[in-house]
Amino acid sequence: MKKTDALIIGAGPTGLFTAHQLKLIGLDCEIVDNLDKVGGQCAELYPDKPIYDIPAVPECTGGELTNNLLNQIKPFNIKFHLNERVDEVKKDGDNWVVKTNNGTTFLTPNVIIAGGVGSFEPRKFPVKDCEKFENQSVFYSIKDKKIFEGKTVSIFGGGDSALDWAVELSKNSKVNLIHRRDDFRGAQATVNKAKQLAKEGKINIFTKYQMTAIKGEKNLESIDITGDDKKVKTLKTDYALGFFGLIMQLGPIANWGLNIDKKTVEVDTEKFETNQKGIYAVGDICNYPGKLKLILSGFHEGALAARACFKLARPNEKYRFEFTTSSKTIKDRLGVKSD
Amino acid sequence: MFSHTCPIFLHNYITSMAKITYITHDNQNHTIDVQNGLTVMEGAVQNDIPGIDADCGGGMACATCHVYVNNEWFDKLPTKEDGEEDMLDMAFEPKKNSRLSCQIIVSDELDGLIVNIPSKQG
Repeated sequence: MKKTDALIIGAGPTGLFTAHQLKLIGLDCEIVDNLDKVGGQCAELYPDKPIYDIPAVPECTGGELTNNLLNQIKPFNIKFHLNERVDEVKKDGDNWVVKTNNGTTFLTPNVIIAGGVGSFEPRKFPVKDCEKFENQSVFYSIKDKKIFEGKTVSIFGGGDSALDWAVELSKNSKVNLIHRRDDFRGAQATVNKAKQLAKEGKINIFTKYQMTAIKGEKNLESIDITGDDKKVKTLKTDYALGFFGLIMQLGPIANWGLNIDKKTVEVDTEKFETNQKGIYAVGDICNYPGKLKLILSGFHEGALAARACFKLARPNEKYRFEFTTSSKTIKDRLGVKSD
Repeated sequence: MFSHTCPIFLHNYITSMAKITYITHDNQNHTIDVQNGLTVMEGAVQNDIPGIDADCGGGMACATCHVYVNNEWFDKLPTKEDGEEDMLDMAFEPKKNSRLSCQIIVSDELDGLIVNIPSKQG
């Protein structure tokens, strides 16, 4: 079991800056995130879109903001647990025992939820029966491309993931690429490549079609796709892959005994503490009168929650407020020379 | 003159509303007066209409405020930006009359607009 002063759930901008604030005041922390990379919505939803309302940064993209925040916490060597989702939070005396889906366990007096709108999960096919085949012949991500060799694979979607995999798998598999409209939003070069492969008969492209049925007993046998003109085609296929991006789900947070309203967690505005002592919520996921879902608000909330953590992590010490400009202790923590 | 017209202008501005009908998946009609200038998404969220999640808060970044616009109304709406069509690729069961409700701004012209909310947002 890993012991830490504070565990942060969510490696988005708010989680990253909260880690900075914790380390600055001398507490350790670790960060868990369900995604395979840090940055949260900034990295997943808008890495290339400019943001204009970060104080003192006139313009930066979600990706740049994430990199800058990572640089800012670099002196602290913070331990990240990516690709892990926190499933369970249970009280144990004055501490919380936190378990992830990978079996990592933490013991900590402070849990800071910086979870945005929840964890990112792949968007799935609307056809209900797809669940039956999930992880056997229906996939939303690819871990081992070898399983598709010599098989028929039907790929759905119009973005880079769908196109990249269609191109890649066409080398060793029979590929159908199905998209709901004529335009693909992936990189133009990949779109051209896929269209070229279609001309060569290596990929069958069906546009203005969507899946309407999936059939098979034990294994997937065929799918029905229906066009905008209501015509139905049945395609024999061994696998169906859906690449519709990710959606945010509140997930297990709903089961931790917190006051939740409209997918947000109620907190006070002094410590950003929830109704459970030692569990805080900051950033988009928290809710209080006047809450603004802005990154800058998350920074403020994280700074205050970090100070609240100090009391529970160091019950016998007194927190002393210090400025980074003048404190020698803080400069030592940052590894910069004091004057 | 100004002191006379100003309050009237303000009054009109505050009370300019359009009736928007949201039909949920279970066929419940919710007709709401939504202030001009708000989006159809905001009208739903502020009035607790179920089925519109709007996870990204109106940034055209998540496709969880997806609605089907009544066919009589679809062509009357300002056309989609490119980014909206891209996001609709991600929506749950998109159709020809799909729109993101965060991109539809309420105005007098939209008085009477009818939108259907899908069974799920993702």
